[in-house]
Amino acid sequence: MTHIDEAPRPATAVAPAQGRAKKLPGRDRATVIIMVTIPLVLVVLLVWVPALLSVVLSFGKWNGFGDLDTIEWVGVQNYQDIFTIYPAFWPAVQHNLIWLGFLFVFPTVLGMLLAVVLDREMKGSRFYQTAFYMPVVLSLALIGFIWQLFYSRDQGLINQVFHSQVDWYGDPDINLWAVLVATAWRHTGYIMLIYLAGLKGVDASLREAAAVDGASEVKTFFHVIFPVMRPINMVVIVIVVIESLRAFDLVWVINKGRNGLEVIGALVAQNVIGEATRYGFGSALAVIMMLISSIFITIYLRTVFREERNR
Amino acid sequence: MSATRRSVMRGMALSGLAVGGANLLAACGGDEGGAASGAGASVKFGINEAEGTGAAYDRLKAIGEAYAKESGTKVALNAVDHNTFQESINTYLQGTPDDVFTWFAGFRMSQFAENGLITDLSEEWPIDGLGDSFKQAATASDGKQYFVPISYYPWAVFYRKSVFEKNGWTAPTTNDDFMALMDDMQGKGVTPFAFGDKDGWPAMGTFDILNMRLNGFDFHMSLMAGDEAWDGDEVKGVFDTWRKLLPYHQEDPLGRTWQEAATSMGKGECGMYLLGTFVVDALGENGEDLDFFTFPELDSSIGSDALDAPIDGFCVAAAGKNQEAGKAMAKWLGSAAAADAGNNNADAPFIAANDGASTSTYSDLQKKSAEVVGAAANIAQFMDRDTNADFANTVMIPSIQAFLKDPDDIDGVTSSIQEQANSIFG
Repeated sequence: MTHIDEAPRPATAVAPAQGRAKKLPGRDRATVIIMVTIPLVLVVLLVWVPALLSVVLSFGKWNGFGDLDTIEWVGVQNYQDIFTIYPAFWPAVQHNLIWLGFLFVFPTVLGMLLAVVLDREMKGSRFYQTAFYMPVVLSLALIGFIWQLFYSRDQGLINQVFHSQVDWYGDPDINLWAVLVATAWRHTGYIMLIYLAGLKGVDASLREAAAVDGASEVKTFFHVIFPVMRPINMVVIVIVVIESLRAFDLVWVINKGRNGLEVIGALVAQNVIGEATRYGFGSALAVIMMLISSIFITIYLRTVFREERNR
Repeated sequence: MSATRRSVMRGMALSGLAVGGANLLAACGGDEGGAASGAGASVKFGINEAEGTGAAYDRLKAIGEAYAKESGTKVALNAVDHNTFQESINTYLQGTPDDVFTWFAGFRMSQFAENGLITDLSEEWPIDGLGDSFKQAATASDGKQYFVPISYYPWAVFYRKSVFEKNGWTAPTTNDDFMALMDDMQGKGVTPFAFGDKDGWPAMGTFDILNMRLNGFDFHMSLMAGDEAWDGDEVKGVFDTWRKLLPYHQEDPLGRTWQEAATSMGKGECGMYLLGTFVVDALGENGEDLDFFTFPELDSSIGSDALDAPIDGFCVAAAGKNQEAGKAMAKWLGSAAAADAGNNNADAPFIAANDGASTSTYSDLQKKSAEVVGAAANIAQFMDRDTNADFANTVMIPSIQAFLKDPDDIDGVTSSIQEQANSIFG
C-alpha cells in the first residue's frame, strides 16, 4: 500500500550522528541524559516496581498487619483459588469480554457514524457536537449517579414513566446491559470527537479526486477515507480495549462490582482497597489483569512495529 | 528485619508516592511537646465523620471540645469522611495515626489488638457507669480491654405506629403471631417486609438474627470466628428458614438501597423493616411515628434474648505519639459527661453506653432502644464487625446476594462459602 498521506521526508534532517566527531556538545548531552533519566526513573518506580511487587505479593497471603516478614508464602494457592473456588472470577472475565464486544459493536461504530455525519458541516453541527461530547466531560462515577435516577427500581424515571417494575440495577441478567448503555452514552461522544479530529485532518483533495472519479459518498468513505484514517483507527481500537479493561468506576458506584456487575478491576479493588485487605489474593487478580492487558499491548505493538518496518 | 512495614509506609508517605488515605489521614496536625497528660498536654483526636456531615460530626466535635475545656488538654480534631476513614484504617494505624480515634467493638477491634496496633486500656477499666456487657465488648482475645464504648444502636423490626393502628395490627410476641401478622398484611396488599441489599451489608442483619434465633448466640459467635462449618446443617437451616420468609419480603432487593427500602416502609407500602435504628435517618423525620419489636423466638430452647447492637467508641493507637494523654482521654470518653456533651450539642442524640448519661434529650424510640438492649442477654456486633473483614466483604456479601438471587441452591451457596472460608481462615 502506498502512503499517499505522507510528504516525502528530507533525508538529511534526521541523519543519525555517527562516530566520535559528531558527539553532542557537553551541555546538550547533559540535557539528553536528564531528559531520558528522569522519565525512566519515574517509569521504573511507578510502573515496573509496583508491577513486580504485585507479582511477588501474589504468591503470598498477607492482611497488611505487621511487618513484611509476616507474609505467609503460599505458592500458587491464590491463583488456584481464583480459578477454582472464587465465584466472582469467571463472571468477571466474561463481563470484561462482553464489555469489549459491546463497546466495539455499538458506541464505537455509532461514534464514528456521528463523526462522519458531523464532518459534513451540516447546520447546527457545533450544537450537536457539544451535546454528544458533554457526557465525556463527566466522570464515570458521576454518570453512575445520574443513571441511577433513571434506573432505580422504585423511584427511577424509566419505571415511573412506563409503569414497569424492571429491576435495572439489581437483576443480574439486566444490570450489565443497563450499565453498558450508560457507558455507551459517554463512550460514543469520546470516539466521535477523536474520529472527528481525524476526519478534519484528511486531505480535501482526496475527496475531490474521488468525486471526480465518480465515486459515491459511501464508496469514497470506505475505499479512500477509511484506509487513510488507519492511524486514527488504531488509536480508536486501543482506546476501546483500554476502556473495557479498566471498566470499574461505573460498576463501583452502583454496587461495588457485585451481583452481575463483576469486572476484574472491581474484584481487585474489593480485595485490596477498604477493610478487606487480602493483599496477596488481590495482587494475584491484578497480575491476571496485567497478563490479559499485555496480550492486547503485544498485538498492538507488533502491528505498529510491522508498519514501521514496511516503511 | 530492616524494612519494617511501618518504615516502608513512612518512606512512601515522605516520597509522596503513597496514594489515597494514608497521607490524607496522617497529614493532619504536627508534633507538639508539652505535658504527657492533663493540663498543657495535647491529644490528636481522629474521628470518622467529615466536617459538617450532621449530628454525628457535631457530637464528636462537642465531645472533643468538652474534654479540652475540662482537662486543659489541647485536642486537635482530625475529621475524615466515614468511608474513607474505614477503608484506610489499616494504613492509618500503621502510619502516623492520631492518639485517640473512633472505632467499633467486636472482631474489628480485637484484630487490631492482636496485631499490636492499639493500646491496652485495661488499667482504665472499670469505668463508672459502663456495665459488664460493655466491658465484655471492649475486651480483645487476650482478655484485656482495648476499647471504650460511647454509644450503640440495636437492630430490630421497625414499623409505623399509625399504619399498625389503622389496620388493627399489634407487634407479635410469638412466631405464630408473627406469621399470622405477615399473612394478614399480604391479604391487605401490604408487603410485610421492606428489603434492600444493593450495598450488600444490610442483609447480613437478617442472617445474624435468624442464626441467633435458630442456633443460639454462642454458635453464631463461633461461626463468625471461623470455628464452625458453614456447610453444616445449622447454617443450611438458617438459609432454609430465610428462603421460606423471602416471599414476605419486598421483591428485587439487590437493586434497592436500604434508604429506598426504608422509604417504602415509610410510605406504608411495606409493613415492617428489619434494620438498625438509623432507619430514622432515611425517613426524614424524627421517628415519632416509629416503633419496633425484637425478632420473635423461633425455637423455644434458644429463646429470643440475643440481638445485634453494634457499639461505637474509641481506641488509642499504639503508634500515637502521646500515649498517656490518649489513655486519659479515652477513659473520659467513656464517662457520662462525654455522652452528655455530645448529645447536648447535636440535633439527634445517640443512645449513650454509660448508665449515668442523661436521657432527657431522648425520643421514645431511643428510650425503648436502651431498654431492649439493657434486657438482652447477649449482644452481637453485626456480621461485618464480628468476623474477619476479608471474609465478610469478599465472601459473605456476594454469597448472601447469590442466595437471594437463587434461594433454592442452598447447598451450592453454603459449600462455596465453606471452601472460601477454609482458604481465608487457613
